[in-house]
Order: sequence, then structure tokens, then C-alpha cells
Amino acid sequence: MAPLADDVSAYLARRARWSPLEIAFWVFVFATIWLFPGKYLIMKDTAILALFALSLDLILGYAGIISLGQAAFFGLAGYFSGLVAQYGVINEPVIALICAGLAAAALGFVTSFLVLRGSDLTRLMVTLGVSLMLGELANRFSNITGGADGMQGISVGPALGLFRFDIYGHNGYIYCLVVLFICFFIARRIVYSPFGLSLRSVKGNSLRASAIGIPVNRRLVAIYTVSAGFAGIAGGLLTQTTAFCSLDVFSLDRSADLLLVLIIGGTGYLYGGLIGAVIYKFLQDWLASLTPQYWQFWIGLVLVVIVLIGRERVEEWTAALRASISRLGGRFMTRPAAAGGAAPDGR
Amino acid sequence: MLTILFDGIAYGMLLFVLACGLSITLGLMNFINLAHGAFAMAGGYCSVILVNRLGVPFALGLPLAFLITAALGGLFERTLYVHVYARSHLDQVLFTIGLVFMSVAAVDYVMGSSQQFVLIPEALRGQFIVFGVGMSKYRLLIILICGLLTVGLQLMIAKTRFGSRLRAAVDDQRVARGLGINVGAVFTLTFAFGSGLAGLGGALGAEILGLDPTFPLKFLIYFLIVVTVGGTSSITGPFLASILLGIADVAGKYYVPKLGAFVIYTIMILVLIWRPQGLFARSAAR
Repeated sequence: MAPLADDVSAYLARRARWSPLEIAFWVFVFATIWLFPGKYLIMKDTAILALFALSLDLILGYAGIISLGQAAFFGLAGYFSGLVAQYGVINEPVIALICAGLAAAALGFVTSFLVLRGSDLTRLMVTLGVSLMLGELANRFSNITGGADGMQGISVGPALGLFRFDIYGHNGYIYCLVVLFICFFIARRIVYSPFGLSLRSVKGNSLRASAIGIPVNRRLVAIYTVSAGFAGIAGGLLTQTTAFCSLDVFSLDRSADLLLVLIIGGTGYLYGGLIGAVIYKFLQDWLASLTPQYWQFWIGLVLVVIVLIGRERVEEWTAALRASISRLGGRFMTRPAAAGGAAPDGR
Repeated sequence: MLTILFDGIAYGMLLFVLACGLSITLGLMNFINLAHGAFAMAGGYCSVILVNRLGVPFALGLPLAFLITAALGGLFERTLYVHVYARSHLDQVLFTIGLVFMSVAAVDYVMGSSQQFVLIPEALRGQFIVFGVGMSKYRLLIILICGLLTVGLQLMIAKTRFGSRLRAAVDDQRVARGLGINVGAVFTLTFAFGSGLAGLGGALGAEILGLDPTFPLKFLIYFLIVVTVGGTSSITGPFLASILLGIADVAGKYYVPKLGAFVIYTIMILVLIWRPQGLFARSAAR
């Protein structure tokens, strides 16, 4: 049995290796700090959206849970980090962000037991219901949260005590990128670990997965909690970098847009959220400049068309594109990328 | 107290007419149609245009709103929805949310974003006082119409040939097909009829619920509560669920106005934890 186990671990290690294309992607992402100095605000929003979409990808793409309630965690952590800054409980943004993520993860852990029950529709309703409930609560306690006007003028201390958030968004953008990268790194470790593989098997066929000894419910609870934490960090980032938080963070539109982002980018390979966020923001910016009031119509049209064409087909196209790009990338890199690319994985 | 009960029942009846089409389509094709509210909105705007702009009498405007929305529903079902039935739930959710976004923006473009009101005739304004309980005439009319519709629906489903075909298709689609029932046609008819009912509800409810382009998003959650709490296997489940929801919502807004919709969301989540298949569903889950 030993050689087989070695084979498996060697294969897993090979799969988890960073390909040259991925490294190039991240180099480019960090290069945008110097490449587009005038666009910090929209790029910052994109980075936050990308992190948010990443959190949804973890449960949708890897565990197959449809959720319309990621905004609950986003909003909770948004208000959390706003409140701790407002009342001076935690002045240092990085610690506040981690605490916000933990708070969201705690909520995710509690609500995950609701998600385990019932069909897709029940899941949709419960996740949506939780985010709407939190929205109503935030509205109710307007003496703390500012109600419909939102929390304004939240003063956030300098990150790590060194970098102050300037009005041009320069430091804010770098801060978001660093957080995004760290979260992505963690997510990547998670999905390439044996734990991540077991999630995939749960998504593929949960009955079989439990038959080969995978504790399905415990796995789902775990990934839901992690995903909630990531969504929370995204929400905390938004509050910290805009110094503003309103009821809008809980809205249904936010969760629905998030699904669209992920569908544009493709689910289940982690980069989908990032690429989708870039395309979505670009599209939204462009449409909003064409028709400021009615851009939602075109976003809706994109959704309908994507579904009518067939999501799988769109994903096939992007997969073909990705494959050809990685082949190109492999040719230009000195180290051949093919070492892990076309491994016979016995499927 | 009784006035609240009365208003709650009127509100619940209205919700039932709005949502019962959704519950049938969900039960029949296992299709999650988040765009159902868009048809209700279409009905509401139809009656606004007909009654306010073209001067059609209110009593004629309602059936016209029903017919127009039903035609619209049938058209959409044949051209767009048929392609999505066999897809995963995620695809259905995406598709119908896309439709909602489009309808919101399109109505905003055509009619403007301000709230619209249907001019109701003079005879329906004001209220009766019965045993010291104030009952608005318009709400009484709503209860009357919706009550008749409910009874009619129940009879249609229980007694007619079409009703038994529909029930057969809901219970087991494959066997129904095998018995020679044209499930596709049954579904188109039902979808059109359900959309028409939603349109009628939208036209009737424009006065109470308020009509603006965000209507499908605002009431989506209410429809879904009715459907999930009531279960999708019968008419009575959604009916009782909508009456409950109507009373709970009106009472909640009256007694604890600051909590807003918090009450009904809490109730919904509790019900779903307790019975994930819905309050009134048959125990056998398909």
C-alpha cells in the first residue's frame, strides 16, 4: 500500500504547486498599484468584491451550497468593524479586521446548522432570511447603527500603527490587496488539502461521500464557517476603507450581484471570483457611464443570456481560453508548466 | 383589535392570490421562479395605465389586468422558461433574478420610479362600521374577490378534468406523462393562469402594497415565505400560510412597529427549522 500512498501524496503536492501563470497573475495584480495610480477607488472596490466572491466560491463551487445570504456575514462584519472603530474599542485596523472576520465566522457557524436542513429552496430562504433579519435589526437599533442614514465618519487608525488611510485610497488599496492575497492563499491551501478534496466528493455525491466515511455535515459546517469568515473580512475591509457603513450591506442585490460575479468568472477554481469581480466592475462602470439609471437592466440581461447559453458552455469556453493561456505561459517560462498540468489523474 | 384581524386577513388573502401561482409552478416543475413578482408588478402597472390614463372603469380594469398578465406569462413560459426547467436550481435562480433586474429597470424607464396609485371609484372608498369595528370597503372587496377566487381554485383543482390532470402531474410527472397527459401544456396553462392571478393581485393590491419599480424585489421575500411555509403540494397550505403571514405582519407592524419585518422573518426561520418541508406539507418528501 505504501507506494500508492506515496503516489497520492506526490500527486496532491504536484497539483497544489503554484503554476507560473498564477505567479504572473499575482505579480500583475500587485503591479496595478503602480500601473493605474488614478483608479485606486474602483480597484479597491474590485479587490473587496473579489474577496467576497471568493468566499461564495468556497461554498458554492466546492461544497455546492446555493446561498443568497452571504451579505449577512458581509454586513455583520462591516458594522462590527465600524462600531469597534467608532467607540475606540480596537483602534488598530488589522486586529479589528481579524475580529470582524471571527465574528462573521461565529455567525456562520451558528447559521450553518440551518443550512444543512432542507432542499435548495429552503436553503435559499434561510440564508436570505438571516441577512434580511440582520438588516432589520440594524435598522431597529438606529441609535447605535445610525439606521437608514448609516454610520458616517468612522475614523480608523493607521494600519499596523504605520500606514494611514489617505483620501486618494493609495494605502487603502494596498491594504485590500494584501488582505485579499492572504485570504486567497489560505483558501488555496484549504481547497488543495485532503479536506478540500473531501468537500469536492461531498459536492459530487454526498451519499457516496458519507458511504466512504466522510462526515458530510461536519465538512459542510466547517466550510460554511470559513466562508462566512472570509465574507466578513471583505465586509470589514469595505467599512474600514470607506469609513462608512449603511444598511445597504445587507441587501438582496448585494448577494445576487455576487452570484453574477461568480458565474461570470466560473466556479470551483478560486480565480473565478477574482476574474469575475474585475469583469463585473468593469462592466458596471461602463454601463453606468452609458445609462446611469438603468444599468441594472443590462446586468439582468447578461444573467439571462448566460443561463440561456448554458453556464457549462461558458465555462468550457473560459476553460479552453485558460488552457491555451497556460500553454502559452508554459512556452515562455523556462520551467515547463506541463509537469503538473496534464498529469494522468486516473479519473 | 378586530380591525387588525380584518386588515390582516385582507392582506393575507391578497398575498395568497399573488403567490399561489408561484406555489403551483414550484410544486409542478420544481422550478424556482423568483421573477413571479415581476408579473404581479406587470398587472399593477396594466391597471394603472388602463384605469388612470385610458379611463377604463375599475371593474373592467381588473379582469383586463388578469388577461394581459396571463398572456404575458404564457408568452414568457413558451419562449424563455421552457429552456430552463431541466437546469439546476442555481441556473433557475440566476435566470429569474436576471429577469427581475430587467423588469425593474424596464419599468423604471417606461413609467418612472415614483410610486403609482390606481384611482379606485368613489363607491369603494370609506368604511363600514359593524359592531364598532371599522372595515374599509376596499379591503372588504379584496376579501370578497380573493375568497371567491380561492373557492373557485379549490373547486377547479378538486372537481374538473384539468384539475385532476394538474394534480396527477404534480404528484408524479413521469407517470402522468406515461398516462398520456400532456404535462408541458398543463404547465403552460397553469403558468399563464398563475401569472394572471399574480397580475390581478398586483392590480388589486396597488392600493395597499404600494406600486413602484422595486415591487418584485420588495415582495419576493413574502411570496417565498408563503410558498416555503405553506408547502407546495396543495392550495390550502399556501392559503393558510398567507393568512397567517398577513395577520402576523399587520399585527407586528401595529404592536411593535419598530421591529418592522423582523417578526415575520423570525417566524419563517423558526418554522423552517421545525419543518423544512413547510408547515402543511405531506410528510412524504419527494
